[in-house]
Amino acid sequence: MITEKKYSIEELQAYKKRSIASEVWRNYKKSPSAMMGLIIIVIILIAAIIAQIIYDYNVDIVQQDMMNRLQSPSSTHFLGTDQYGRDILVRILYGAKYSLSVGIVSVAISCLFGSTLGLIAGYYGGFTENIILRACEVFMGIPSILLGIAIMSAFGQSLLVLMFAIGLVYVPMFARTARAAVLPVRDQEYIEAAKVSGVSNLSIIFTHVLPNSMSPIIVQITMGVANGILTASSLSFLGLGVPVPAPEWGAMLSSGREFIRDYSYLTFFPGLAIMITVLAFNLMGDGLRDALDPKLKQ
Amino acid sequence: MNEKNLILDVKNLVVRYETEDGIVNAVNGLDLQIEKGKAIGLVGETGAGKTTTALSLLRLIPKPPGVEKCDFMELDELNMLDLSVKELEKVRGKDISMIFQDPMTALNPVFTVGDQIAESIHLHEDVSYIEAQKLAVGMLELVGIPGERANEYPHQFSGGMKQRVVIAIALACHPKLLIADEPTTALDVTIQAQVLELMKNLRKKYKTSLIMITHDLGIVAEICDEVAVMYSGNIVEKGTLEDVFNRTKHPYTEGLFNSLPNINDRKSMLTPIKGIMPDPTNLPEGCPFNSRCPYAGEDCAHPQVNRQISDTHYVRCSAYDRPGFHINRKER
Repeated sequence: MITEKKYSIEELQAYKKRSIASEVWRNYKKSPSAMMGLIIIVIILIAAIIAQIIYDYNVDIVQQDMMNRLQSPSSTHFLGTDQYGRDILVRILYGAKYSLSVGIVSVAISCLFGSTLGLIAGYYGGFTENIILRACEVFMGIPSILLGIAIMSAFGQSLLVLMFAIGLVYVPMFARTARAAVLPVRDQEYIEAAKVSGVSNLSIIFTHVLPNSMSPIIVQITMGVANGILTASSLSFLGLGVPVPAPEWGAMLSSGREFIRDYSYLTFFPGLAIMITVLAFNLMGDGLRDALDPKLKQ
Repeated sequence: MNEKNLILDVKNLVVRYETEDGIVNAVNGLDLQIEKGKAIGLVGETGAGKTTTALSLLRLIPKPPGVEKCDFMELDELNMLDLSVKELEKVRGKDISMIFQDPMTALNPVFTVGDQIAESIHLHEDVSYIEAQKLAVGMLELVGIPGERANEYPHQFSGGMKQRVVIAIALACHPKLLIADEPTTALDVTIQAQVLELMKNLRKKYKTSLIMITHDLGIVAEICDEVAVMYSGNIVEKGTLEDVFNRTKHPYTEGLFNSLPNINDRKSMLTPIKGIMPDPTNLPEGCPFNSRCPYAGEDCAHPQVNRQISDTHYVRCSAYDRPGFHINRKER
């Protein structure tokens, strides 16, 4: 009656890996705006990497050249030069690494802590949930820029502190998002079925609850990268981010501010860079959410 | 009770839900013994405490608001009451397992069915994850689904096939006791028959004991050896199929049978049991069926005790203290 069919282990494994990755990719490709976001991010990443290789920080990025100060965009300086004669395009390309690394690392920090807290709060409920949520509310009551300024001035200006500060600022948002996403999943019958199968609470949280409440967290991650870039730029604009003369986009905006009336490209191009990057991450987030959502897989 | 080969022995199980609106008495002093390899049908109307009993046997009553008390609970001579959480996790899925009512929601939508079967095997059997996946494919074929489909997601299966997958998960580690909580309620009648047939065969193959929770007396007659009729958180009558179906003793069981449609006389009206079950937050002291019972008398206001009719058959009804008392099953 029962036929024993033989499947090779490799066959099964390979089939599975291919199917999950390719399925997400297939869904992702369908959305033109998501692809646009991805392409922009890839271009920015490549440009940032190439800029690290071909430009020398001391020579091309920070060395002043007073002969060529405040040049308009031309064939030698595509985006013009700033008040110290430094090429704006080169500085923007080189500076992409600050924005990207701050955005990504800070979101990794806040996602790791925030989502874990939110998952635990949502899954266990009751007293645990109250403690975590109330703590989050206290944190959210402080304006994020103010909290960032406080941390930056307490621990000093450096790239690492900036990442940590922005990461901490967004922990409560992740916690609340994750908790809200867990609530409807927690009471599903398959969670009870997993309990019946003898799966421990901790592995239920991370293997059963988390994948099912993933989509809001993913959206939050990409929005978080965008927000993180914005916050980092704001802090740098206020002179509290990456220390000058590093070509952080926010810092470039800030230093170009005095010349905004006559040489608006000093502020326009760094601002545009921030905007395009943030937009690209938002587009990618929306596309990823649709691609990863199992309910849309048909 | 003499020493029998019991897979499950529960004495005086009490489950209450203590909510802000009052205490819900879901299960009130239930005793249940099941012999190895036997199938028992747990029947009763909605809210009789059938599912609560099942969850309580798995020690999965949510606390709070649930409060659980039990004098004695042994699963195959293993005392379930003193187990730690870790030990319980080992028992669940391995020794005792459960099939849920609605296969549409009992499968995790983000995992392939193969992974979901393999998870249970990997947890309880001493095999690698890859080995577990191969065993999962075997389980899938056992329930009549081609092995290639192990890599598909639950939404790619029909309702009947999902229920087969759920059965495959429940039986993956060959549990000693399987609790089936209305496994066919969400399925249409033809699929119902297939699923029941499948469960019957697998049960025979692995010698699994079964608790079948259902509203459907037909299913009980089909696959169970014994029947326990639940009413308001207690078993009011328990016996073999023969005992309960042909020598019905409890007025409530009688009411259940009388309210079945009569196939010989299609024009006849249904005769439902009048009234509703008492509010579980406010149970009467005596027999909970008192207010609906056609035989109710003054003696019914006292707490009820089980009364042995034969070796296999007992009923929880004090009316049998009256000389010459018997109930009248409707003639068919």
